[in-house]
Amino acid sequence: MTEAVFYVFAAVAVISAACCVLQRSPVGALIFLVQAMLALGAIFVILQGQFIGVIQILVYAGAIMVLFLFIIMLLNLGRTSSDIRGPAGIAATIVLAGLIAVELGGLWAYSPARIGREVRGSAGMIQAQAAFAGGEAAQRATAAHGVVGAIAPPLFNEYLVPFEITSILLLAAIVGAVVLAKRKV
Amino acid sequence: MLLGPALGLSAILFTIGVAGVLLRRNAIVLFMCVELMLNAVNLAFVALAQVYGVGAYLIAFFVMTVAAAEAAVGLAIILAVFRHHQSIDLQNINLLHG
Repeated sequence: MTEAVFYVFAAVAVISAACCVLQRSPVGALIFLVQAMLALGAIFVILQGQFIGVIQILVYAGAIMVLFLFIIMLLNLGRTSSDIRGPAGIAATIVLAGLIAVELGGLWAYSPARIGREVRGSAGMIQAQAAFAGGEAAQRATAAHGVVGAIAPPLFNEYLVPFEITSILLLAAIVGAVVLAKRKV
Repeated sequence: MLLGPALGLSAILFTIGVAGVLLRRNAIVLFMCVELMLNAVNLAFVALAQVYGVGAYLIAFFVMTVAAAEAAVGLAIILAVFRHHQSIDLQNINLLHG
């Protein structure tokens, strides 16, 4: 059942992402992108990442996409002809995107199961189980403390410095956006 | 556990994002395709969190923060470019062309 729901949302995400790329009007492309992000949020929930799923819908489908919509409305682009590149651009796109697809497909052979087998087979590793204990530990922590309670301790202990740097980054982004968008500084 | 299918979906969405960046000339649509690529990477992190633990969720969380900052600054740049050229078609923006 869960797998069927996953594949439905995966199909929605892929189709709306493709429509986003091929849609001529920016607003239409944006609506398709919001659809893809909502489907991705549902997929995050299916993959046990409930917190990230909620953040995805709040921050991405909510805040960032509304920001894009505001800019599109603000610029008042009017009706323009298609902005898709010419035949040379399409050929380059097919070649480069195909190369990336082949590279990412090559990773398919290196599935986590195979890595696990190789880790287990090698004599150098001390404990075979220890290599992938994180997932089970995370599930136990989620069962004990809830979804947010499992994420909070590492965020404010091990990842405290990146978290603080994030606040500086956001401050710099706010200042930069205001300075860039002002007419006269 | 759906790890393999999720990673496959992530690869497909990333490739669609790359194709969009290469295919479009509208700067805003290009930005939207970059957001799509960031989202695809987030999906890979969330899928791998089932194997590697909570740290992967936190990386996805930080990626989202960086994406928000990038969207704010990038859209401000697009606004400034539009004031200069009255267009956001990348064909008309060739100031650094030499």
